[in-house]
Amino acid sequence: MTGISRRDMGRLALAAAAAVPATARAQTAPSGPPIRIGYSMSLSGGLAPNGRPALTAHKIWAEDVNAKGGLLGRPVELVNYDDQSSGAQVPGIYTKLIDVDKVDLVVSGYATAIIAPAMPVVMQRNMCFVSLFGTGVNTDFKYDRYFSVNCTGSQVKETFAKGFMDIAMSMDPRPRTIALVNLDSDFHQRTAESARFLAKERGLRVVYDRAYPPSTVDFGPIMRAVAAARPDIVFAGSYPPDTAGLLRAASEQRVNFQMMGGPMIGPHATAQKLQLGPILNNLVVWDVYAPEPTLQFPGTKELIDRYQPIAARENTDALGYYVPPMAYAQMQVLEQAVRRVGKIDQAALAADMHANQFDTVIGPLRFDAMGEWTEERNLYTQYQGVQGNGIEQFKRTGTQVVLYPARYKSGELRKPFTAGA
Amino acid sequence: MDPDLVLLLNGIVSGLLLGGLYAAAAAGLSVSFGMLDVVNIAHPAFMVLGAILVALLWGATGIDPLILSILLTPAFWALGAALYVAYHHFFERRGDEAIQGLAFFFGIMFIIEVGLVLTVGPDQHFADASYANTTWRMGEVDLPLRMLVPALVALSAIAGLSVFLRRTFIGRAIAAVAQDREALRLLAINPTRIKRLAFGISIAFAALAGGALVVVQPVDAWSGHVFIGRVFAIVIMGGLSSLGGCVLAALAFGVVENVTATFYGPSWSPAVAFGCLLLVLAIRPQGLFGRAA
Repeated sequence: MTGISRRDMGRLALAAAAAVPATARAQTAPSGPPIRIGYSMSLSGGLAPNGRPALTAHKIWAEDVNAKGGLLGRPVELVNYDDQSSGAQVPGIYTKLIDVDKVDLVVSGYATAIIAPAMPVVMQRNMCFVSLFGTGVNTDFKYDRYFSVNCTGSQVKETFAKGFMDIAMSMDPRPRTIALVNLDSDFHQRTAESARFLAKERGLRVVYDRAYPPSTVDFGPIMRAVAAARPDIVFAGSYPPDTAGLLRAASEQRVNFQMMGGPMIGPHATAQKLQLGPILNNLVVWDVYAPEPTLQFPGTKELIDRYQPIAARENTDALGYYVPPMAYAQMQVLEQAVRRVGKIDQAALAADMHANQFDTVIGPLRFDAMGEWTEERNLYTQYQGVQGNGIEQFKRTGTQVVLYPARYKSGELRKPFTAGA
Repeated sequence: MDPDLVLLLNGIVSGLLLGGLYAAAAAGLSVSFGMLDVVNIAHPAFMVLGAILVALLWGATGIDPLILSILLTPAFWALGAALYVAYHHFFERRGDEAIQGLAFFFGIMFIIEVGLVLTVGPDQHFADASYANTTWRMGEVDLPLRMLVPALVALSAIAGLSVFLRRTFIGRAIAAVAQDREALRLLAINPTRIKRLAFGISIAFAALAGGALVVVQPVDAWSGHVFIGRVFAIVIMGGLSSLGGCVLAALAFGVVENVTATFYGPSWSPAVAFGCLLLVLAIRPQGLFGRAA
């Protein structure tokens, strides 16, 4: 037996260096026809500020899955079309996705207005449907292959405003009166109904209860009428332009409520956080995620860290705390079900989704018979100590503390709400 | 003071300030639609284009949004003039301006909106004027400068335009082209040139209105949609080619909306305001200040 020379050692090392990654690549690289996932997404129109971050999160998920060997050994491919934020476009898009593009799986685009029009088409084809930010969509359809990635749960009326009311009723002195003001939209009508129901249950007197149309420009008269009713607390439901209008009006009129907030969608987007700055202080806002230590799950930070540079390039929401974690979780639900089932079988996937827990970047979740979360997780958060309009403060813990639910609580309520005064 | 009276006074004052914003948005349309008979449905989209450009420039320079919007007016005038050249060449010259011209401006509106999304993103844009967080108080009546300053700037600009239309030769030619373009030719004035100039002015006013809008509220590419119905209603209610009527109608619209929102709930505001429009048209089909045919 001859010894191995230094030259032979060098050759062996070189061969090993070349061979090992090749072997590893052979084990992890996905192959075969892609698993195609189809959906509509609002890339233009009023829902685009949330649709585009959702798509970015989906792309990050697809990259992650393909980098880890794909799904069932096959690469995943996203097939999506811009629905222009119009529900009227949605049935046609899903018909094309399923009948022409022959996608293997479908998920929803962003929000109730886009999810509901897709339902009849998806139901006709008996496909599993994992939705994103839908509220009460399946109440009427009762489709057993529908699964909602939204924290509201199936008992919206009984639970949506529960966190807000629990926080309010824990104040000393306890509030006696409440004002309800909301946008005339499906989501906000449901949330106002919950607040109305729970206010009555807790003995709160409703001193103002009115909706405003989407075309409202000046919110001064609304806020003035609310303040004139002298409520202790205000439950408001609004979309971004209205939220800015309501809070600006509140600031100009130097309101002083023991507590104000609710599903005021707006500060969820970075642009509005920066615009409103200190006006947000002490506002109690319904949310789905906040960068607090109590809401860190496996993969959450990594997702945000990867999302933010892409968002800066693509001019989408800079921080990405609202939609991206949920959108990523939407795909994780699909991914985990497919891995467990081991094939693309819509009935088996639905059965798996009903039976098992999913570990996602927004935490563990399970679905009930209606496809909603078995346990609602409406977060009520409060902005605290906001100074100026810098973005960095919103990345720090303690700026948007979680007040409800108790298991994720990260701070104490501050009162009153004075809109920055 | 009686709380209801306080609410009423504030409703009227805030309505007048809101009317100032509406007047800014409708004045340009009063020129294009009212005087030139060009149904520029994209006018609010131009206003939003102006607003977003102002927001971007404000972010880069920190200059007051209303000053920036004034600085933008020459560029918008040129844009409007170029657009009119295209419109005249492809539609008006052939007598196709009715439906096809309307489709043209619909197309322009969508191009502006999608172009804004692709270039600056779908998010809201804002510009914080230094006075935006200040509110003057006159007894029980609030005057938020966020609403007051844009309204005053807009009304001053409209007053200037009104003087220009009444006192200058070109201004009178613009008014004349609305009534009889052939008569202009007898004076050796090219009506197409006058209309190009006037259309440029209308788009320049959209830039000014954009500056006012972005001080009042954050804007995204589709913010113009809520103004389409209102600005056309205001121009019609005012009497088409009457700038004074347009301002009065805008102020009336604002007051009716805000007083209704204060006392009967905001859901009734648009219904009552447009109901008033129908009432005015029933009594005076030519509008408040329009001349009967």
